[in-house]
Amino acid sequence: MYIIVIGGGKVGYYLARALLDEGHELLVVEKSPARNEFICNELGSVCVRGDGCEVSTLTDAGTGRAEMFIAVTGEDEDNLVACQVAKHKFNVPRTIARINNPKNEAIFKELGIDVAVSSTSIILESIQEEVPTHSLTHLLDIRDKGLEIVELKIPADAKTVGKEIREFSLPPDSRLFLVIPEQGKPHVPTASTVIQAGDQIIAVTTPESEEALRTALRGS
Amino acid sequence: MKIVIMGCGRVGARLAGLLDIEGHDVNIIDTDAYSFRRLPTEFGGNALVGDGMDENSLRKAGIEDADAFIALTQGDNRNVMSAQIAGHIFKVPRVLCRIYDPLRRELFNSLGIEAFSPTTIFAQMLKEKLETEPEEAK
Repeated sequence: MYIIVIGGGKVGYYLARALLDEGHELLVVEKSPARNEFICNELGSVCVRGDGCEVSTLTDAGTGRAEMFIAVTGEDEDNLVACQVAKHKFNVPRTIARINNPKNEAIFKELGIDVAVSSTSIILESIQEEVPTHSLTHLLDIRDKGLEIVELKIPADAKTVGKEIREFSLPPDSRLFLVIPEQGKPHVPTASTVIQAGDQIIAVTTPESEEALRTALRGS
Repeated sequence: MKIVIMGCGRVGARLAGLLDIEGHDVNIIDTDAYSFRRLPTEFGGNALVGDGMDENSLRKAGIEDADAFIALTQGDNRNVMSAQIAGHIFKVPRVLCRIYDPLRRELFNSLGIEAFSPTTIFAQMLKEKLETEPEEAK
C-alpha cells in the first residue's frame, strides 16, 4: 500500500519505521532540512522536503495514487488542512490526522477527516491507569451514543465493602456489568452481589454521571 | 451586523475600525493582546484575547449569533480551520477567509469557503498598473 506521512518529528519517524517494516511503500514529507536528512540517513531515501499542505508538494509526492494519508505534525491546523487537501484535491480514500488538542476531535470528524487520533488523550489515559489513587479509568468511549466504559477499583477503606449492590444509589444511566474480584473468577453482578475490597468493577456510564457512579460505588 | 474578526494585524485592525465607524457590532480576537495597539483609539467594539481555533474563545467573542466571521491571521491553515469551525459548527451565515497560497485558496473556494488570496490580487493589480500610463503626479 502506498502511504504518505506528513511530518517527520518523533511520531512521524517511528510511524514511518513501523510502516516500512510492515512492507508498505512510504513517503515522509517534512519541512525541516535537519529532520529530512536524519530520516533519510536512518530509513533510506523515503523523505522529501516540503510543506505537506501545499498542492505542488503533494503532486510531486504522487498523492494521487496514495491509498492512505497520515498527517502527524505538531500543529492541528496543519494536519487538518493537509488531510483536506489530500482528500478533496487528490481523492485519497483514507485520511488520518493526529490532533494535539483533544477538543479538536469532534471538529475534525465534522470537517470530514476519516480518523482523528488524539495523542494527548491517549497519553493522559495511559498515565491515569498507572496512578494508583485514580479510582476510575476510561477503557472505551462509545462516542456516537455518548457512553463510556470505565473501570473502578474498590479500595479496602471504601464504605461500600461488604454491602449488596441493591443498597447503592447508582445513577440511572449507569450499569455495572462485570465484577473482577482479587481472587476468583469474574462474574456478572446482580442486585445481591456483595462488594469486596479490591474488586475491579467494569461499568458503562455517561461523562456526566461518572462522578455520581464513583461516589455510589465507593460510598464517599 | 454582528461581525467577529480573527487576527488583529494591520488588515484586521483596519477592517475592524472601518466596520465600527459604520455602526456594526465588531468583536476582534487575537492571541496576543499587544496587537490590539493597532486598533484606532476611538474603536468602540470588543477586543478579546483568544485563539480563533478554539470553540470557547469563539463563543466568548459572540460567534453563536454573529452574522459574519472573517479569518485574518498570518497562518493560512489557521484561517482555513477557524473559517470551517465558524461555518460548519457555528453556522455563521457569511464566512470570509484570507489564504496567501493561491492554490490552497482555489481548493478551499471549491469547498465552499469564500477565500481571498492577497498574493493573487496584489500581483494582478501591480501588473495592471504597469500596463497603464502612470497617473499624473500631483
